[in-house]
Parts: sequence; structure tokens; C-alpha cells
Amino acid sequence: MTDERFDVVVIGAGHNGLAAAAVLAKAGRHVVVLERSEQVGGASITREFADGYAVSAGAQWLYQLQPAVRRQLGLSVPLAAKELDTIVLAGEGEPVRYGGGNVTGVSDDDRERFARFSKQRERYSRLLWNWLNRVPPRLGSGRPRDTRRLIRMALDMRLLGKREMREFLRLVGMNIYDDVVERFSSPLLQGGLCLDAVLGSHAGPRSPGTYVSGLYRLGGGSGAVSVAAGGMGSVANAFMMAARDAGADIRTGAGVERIVVRDGRVAGVELAGGERIRSNVVMSSVDPKQTVLSLTGARYFETGFVRRVSHIRAVGNAAKLHLALDGLPGQFDEEILGQRLLIAPGPDAVEAAFNPAKYGQYSAEPVLDISIPSIHDETLAPNGCHVLSATAQYAPYDLEGGWTEAAKRAFLDTCMATIDRYLPGTSARVIEGELLTPVDLEAEFGTTGGHWHHAELALDQFFVARPVGGAQQYRAPLDGLYFCGAGAHPGGGVTGAPGRNAALALLNREADR
Amino acid sequence: MTASQVAQGRLVTPFYGRQRELDTVNRWHEWKGYTVPDQLYDAELEYFAIRNATSVFDLCPMTKYRITGPDACAYLDRLVTRDMTRIREGRVAYAVWCNDAGQVIDDGTIFHLGENDYRLCSQERHFDWLLESAAGFDVNVVHETADAAALAIQGPTSFATLERMGFGAVGSLKPFGLVHLSFGGQPVTISRTGFTGDLGYEAWLPPDRAEAFWDALFEAGSVSGIRAIGTDALDLARIEAGYLVADVDFLPADTVVRHGRTRSPFELGLDWLVDFGKPVFNGRRALAEEWRNGSRRRLVRLDIEGNKPARDAYIFAKARGGESIGFATSAAWSPVCKKNIALGTVDARYGAPGDTLWVEIYYQREMHWTRKMAKAEVVAGPFWDPERRRATPPGLY
Repeated sequence: MTDERFDVVVIGAGHNGLAAAAVLAKAGRHVVVLERSEQVGGASITREFADGYAVSAGAQWLYQLQPAVRRQLGLSVPLAAKELDTIVLAGEGEPVRYGGGNVTGVSDDDRERFARFSKQRERYSRLLWNWLNRVPPRLGSGRPRDTRRLIRMALDMRLLGKREMREFLRLVGMNIYDDVVERFSSPLLQGGLCLDAVLGSHAGPRSPGTYVSGLYRLGGGSGAVSVAAGGMGSVANAFMMAARDAGADIRTGAGVERIVVRDGRVAGVELAGGERIRSNVVMSSVDPKQTVLSLTGARYFETGFVRRVSHIRAVGNAAKLHLALDGLPGQFDEEILGQRLLIAPGPDAVEAAFNPAKYGQYSAEPVLDISIPSIHDETLAPNGCHVLSATAQYAPYDLEGGWTEAAKRAFLDTCMATIDRYLPGTSARVIEGELLTPVDLEAEFGTTGGHWHHAELALDQFFVARPVGGAQQYRAPLDGLYFCGAGAHPGGGVTGAPGRNAALALLNREADR
Repeated sequence: MTASQVAQGRLVTPFYGRQRELDTVNRWHEWKGYTVPDQLYDAELEYFAIRNATSVFDLCPMTKYRITGPDACAYLDRLVTRDMTRIREGRVAYAVWCNDAGQVIDDGTIFHLGENDYRLCSQERHFDWLLESAAGFDVNVVHETADAAALAIQGPTSFATLERMGFGAVGSLKPFGLVHLSFGGQPVTISRTGFTGDLGYEAWLPPDRAEAFWDALFEAGSVSGIRAIGTDALDLARIEAGYLVADVDFLPADTVVRHGRTRSPFELGLDWLVDFGKPVFNGRRALAEEWRNGSRRRLVRLDIEGNKPARDAYIFAKARGGESIGFATSAAWSPVCKKNIALGTVDARYGAPGDTLWVEIYYQREMHWTRKMAKAEVVAGPFWDPERRRATPPGLY
């Protein structure tokens, strides 16, 4: 072993790893962040996919970055466009456009209800994120800190008022389909809201728990999306600067081969080259399955815990589509195309798109979340040209027969045909294209199953049950091992919350000793 | 359900035919899917074969798993609470295994048969748990209950019987030792283990040699008072020896629904099986916490006045007044100790060895129920633990 020794080793320089490192370094800890690729950012990166064309290769919109994280780290993220509207494309007829509590293209009734609906959801999302931005209580620990946390949660909820609290509790376990179908009559509005709630999940709008995943997506605010100038890579960059300025050592091209365990506790990590770095605390932003089963090894944990970890559901179902365009598709003007565009013709259409995915097949009629960031940011494409980035669902990780070249080609053609129906003339503009299936996303970002959230964001894998029972408060049942990635509480998306919370959990624990 | 799915309802063991020939009372029950005798002629006579001669008990339905591979020892070491690295080849270890909460799933014996080759025997089936536990280990776990026939040959004349059969080599076995021998050209493994607390052996052999082995054994034992026995006699002997039975003296943790109905090894008096020197084993974190904070319950062995067995009896700290502090789980009149004995569970604040407790015994006499508060002394060791159990070489009685 070398003499190199740190207070904390953080594995993975995704935005969560960097957030954890920044908080810990600010608190005076000697921290190193080890990243296997040459670039920091994890799934929050900007990458060139065709000569002169770059996109945010993982996450494409910025909408969940937590103010608490932004404040604590002093992040400044340059924006190319702020709080865009969402437009649900119609094919023929008038699209529905919503944002900021307003909606157009629907009946007066729907418009009124949408205003109330938006206000209510924002309130609930604020409440939820109030909980999510804290270290969750450890049930049954008997520690005063955990009791205070529970009391505060209950109080937060009670402060909604009796009626609202009751309504919150009614809705929180529901699916999004039932809620929006009950409220609205416009299929496009319903479809858009349904897709919002299931993005990145192995879930359809009728799957249980999708109401809460919809609230989660709002990030404690309105959920309106922004476009980072220079793509999501600049967001990662802001996190990196925060960590570096706080004194954390950030190393790229330093893949961790395994977590070293000695005498039943973490002793450091071993890099791919055989180099060892000593530390009593290792924080992994890698997903929990890999952290436990591959990086550490099941034998260092007890059977029940290994069983729970190996049963974590993490089957990615969202593909990423990148297109280099020699110009904008016709029909719509630039103002419209610059917004967030959804292809989600109705709630049943979203559910129907999910159906084949249950049986290992991709959607014949995929639903899509489309961005054309080059409208706001000229640096992404050559002059007059554009890039289109889209999340396409559903494309199950475990596709029957596997994601062969032919299967990828067929799904790409399906996506293009769908896009052409709603944005006519798009495929005629394509110079080059790239489709990343969950298998490709797994290879590029190293997330099990190519899953956005590292572990399905469902009620049984949420809050104190995330990543699994026995690992609450970011702490694995192996002394010195912590989780700080999307697989930990609260979940995925560019929020910074798991990273910040994990660091706070470690600091709390040291204070409690 | 089609007929083919129930071609055979209850299974029979390779020794069933021989037992059936000896049977005079037709009292059988089911043990893990197999037909086994409660008794073959008279439970008391069978019991005395254990204590005074040679008894033969059909162990075939006992759950057996074969664990092989380079990580076999490391795997078992993580599975059970005791240190398996210290169990050399040719030795057998009594062990318990726990869930993550430190609650006992089952107890059993682990035979170190050869290099990277173990057999685990238990009362209950645990294939699922054993396979889940194998993640990350280079081991192969095979369920081999039906692949190995087994007999318990127990009692003071058991060694003499085996010697007469040509297995004099077992004479050098210390308790918990095993040796591989051959019988008619086929392998037979004999271990100095058992469930009676007496001198005794267990033989493990291929099922197709079962009847030939049985015949040779009974021929050799004819002058030593050999008798086939059923479960009733064995159960009495094991209570005297203080051995626990899953589903009787504790519940396997994976079958329990209600909180607090499981038991930790400490609560079963098995502290000596828990080795905190090992950095990882199932239940370690929870057990370390229990060790620091104290257990809720304890196992007691009771010597009770009178002769009425304290079956399912409540246990009290005082003769009158006060709440019950526990209950008896196994109880019997011990013919060899001439004592009224019981195993039970009590609140850990009570029942240190030497303490006096009270047992509420109900019994019926010509339709009328009688209640008796019987004084009970908590004793430290097993009720029956003769020198001959340990003596090596064993006595030629």
C-alpha cells in the first residue's frame, strides 16, 4: 500500500460524488474523488456525438437542482434558457402547452383545474423535497436525532392543514393515471402529465406509486426545465469547481477496482492499476448493487442484506436519442421548437407504450421527451445546424433477443417514424444519429441496468427503504462504507441531494459519537 | 392436480422395509415428507436400548446438504456463528445459523468430510437460504437428503456392535470425529455423533447398501441387545441430554410471523457457539449489540419436584402471585436420572443456575384436572452426561 491516506474516498465524480466531496471538504475533511473516465460529470455531461455536434449525453434538462445544494456549494450554473414551457405535440390539431400554472389548447374547465392542480402539486412537492433534502430518520434507532427527524416530518405534513394533509395522504400512494384522468378532459394534457411522472422509470402511468414519482420530478418547485449553457457538462463542471475550491482532490482516469475490506471494515480502495489508497471511509456514488456485489463483494455482508441488494429493481427502460440536424424541421417556429416537446398523445397511449416493455419488447409507439438545445445555445452545433436530444420510452434493458445492431436500428426507425408524425420533416434533416439503449447507457455511465435512478424510483425503494432496509442514512452494514449516488435517498436526477445528504449523514454520525 | 404429481404421497426411507418387519404397533408419523415410526414396540423399552444397549434410529429424513468448492470453509464461516476455520478435516461441528437480526434459523451439525468438502445436517430445510448465502463464494451447494442413507447407532454397546461388524477403526474416534470406511466395497462414513448424549455413532452410506448394512448391523448387535427405535424414545433421550429441537424449543426465525417469537443463540444458551473474533458472519452486527445490551430471554434446564411432566407449563418466579416469566418447551420424567426434567424459556432476569423457580403443572386424573405449583431448580449442565460419552477409546460394554 502506498502512504496515501484520506479521510474519505469518494468513488465516482458524477454530480452526487462531487457534491458529497464538496460538503465534506468544506467541513475540513481530506477528500479524494476517483473517477474512472477521463471526464467528470457521470451522466451529467456534454459530449460530441458527431463532428461538430454536441449534446447532453445523459440528463438533458436542468429542473431539479436543489436550492439547498446550490446554496451550500455556492454553485453558479450558466443558463442558456430558463423555465421553458412543456408542449405536448398533437400530430394534427392544436398542441397543448403548459407551464407556470397556465395551460393552453384545452377547455376552460381544464384550464381552471390545471391552475389548482399545479398549485397543489407544487405545495406537495415542496413538502416532499423538504423531507428529501434531509437525512431520513433511521427507524427504531432510539437516537434523539432520529426522533426529532420523525417529529419534524409529521409536523411538516400537519402544517399543510387538515384537508390538504388528508388529500396528500390520499394521493401519495396513487398512480398518476387515476389522478389526471379524474381531473382533466384533454388527452394531450393527461398524456403529458403521465409521461412526466414515468420518465426514466420501468413504470407506466397506471403503475403504483407514479403519483409520488411525479412529485419527485418537480424537485420541490414547478418542474419547469432550463437549459444549461454548454450542456449538462457545465453543471458537472460547477460541482467540480465547488469541490475543488473546497479542497477536494479530484482524479479522473482513476477507476476503482475494488473496495478494500480489512477486519470487517473498510480500509480503502484499490485502483485498476493496483495502486491502493487508504481511508476509513469510502463513499460510493456507484449504484448500490455494484457497490455491494462487485466493488466490495457479497462475502463481506450478511446474507439478508445481500439478498435485499440483489433484489433491487434496476431495469432501465429509457433510451436516449441524439440527432445532428442540418436545420430545424418545418411546421413550427423556433419559439415553439425551443420549448420542451413531448410526444404523449394520451394517458392510454403512454400506458400502451409501456405494455410491451413488461414482456421484453420495445414500444411500437414510443413516447418521447424532446429537446433542441442548440436553439438556445449556438455552441452545440455548427452555424445554422441543430442538435436534437430525446428520451425515448420504452426500450427495456432486457430486450428479448438482446439489443443487437438490427434491434437498435429497428427501434431507431420506430422513433424516427414517430417523431416525423409529430414534427414532420425531421428525418429529412438528419445528418447523423445516435441511439443509446439502456445497455449502452450502462456501458457509458456504469449504472446497473442503464437505469436513470440507479434503482427504480418506486414506493418500495423510496425514503427509508432506499436503497434497501439495513442501509438507511447512507450507511451500509459494513463499517466505513457509505452510499452517495442516485441509488441512495432520495433518488436520481440532477439534484445533488443524495451527495449532499450522504455527506451530512457522515458528519452527523461523527458528531453523534 | 394430476395423478402423476402425487405418484407417491409420503415417502419411505431405504430402511422402511426393515423397520416395518420389526414393527408390532403400527404407529408412524411424518418427518419432512418421510414415514418414520413413533415407536416399533414400546417407547420405554426402546429408550432403555439407548441407555443400556444399542439403539438404531433411522436418520434418513434428516436434511442434508453437501457443500463443496474452494470457498466452502469461508462460506460456512460466514453462514454460521462459530469459527469454522478451526474445524479440521475429519471433524464435526455443532453450529447454529442466524439471520441478519441475529435470530436463530436452525441448528445442526457440519461434517468436514474432506478437503473443501462439507455436509450440513439440520432439522429444517434451508436450501433457499444456503443458496442466497452462496453469492460471492465459489461453492456448490447440493441438497442430498435422499442421496445418503443414515442411521444413528447409539448406546453403551454401540461400539462393541460396530467392532463386531468390522469397524474397529471407529474406536479411535473422539466425540465429533468421523472416519471413512468401506462396507462391502462401498464407502460408509461413521461419525461419533448423536442426539442421545450417550456413547454413540452415526453411519452415512449409499441408499442402495442400506438394507445390507442394516442386516449386518443387527446380526453383529444381536448379542448386545440391539433394537430399532422410534422418535418417542429418542425425544426422551435428547431432553435428558439437553439438546434443542427446532420448532419445539425454538422456532426457525424464517418461519416466524410475530415479532419477538424468535431466539438468538444467547437466548438458547449457545453463547459458546458465537465467535466475535470473526469479522463477518450472519447476525454478527445484531448479536454484538445484544451482547452489549443484554438478552431478553434465557434457556433454562429445570429439575422439578414430583413426577408429573411439566409439558407446556408456565414458569413463575414465585409460588403465588406475580406474572408468568416463561414456559417449558420440552419436559419429561427421566428414567435414567430419576428426575422430573424440563427445558424452558424464561425472562433473562430470572433463572440463573441454582435459582429456584415455580412451574404450574396441570394433569388429569380420571377426568378431573389437578393444578400443581411445583418447585423447580435451575441446573447448569445437561441432566445426563455420562463419562462413557466422552471416553476414548470407548468402552466395550
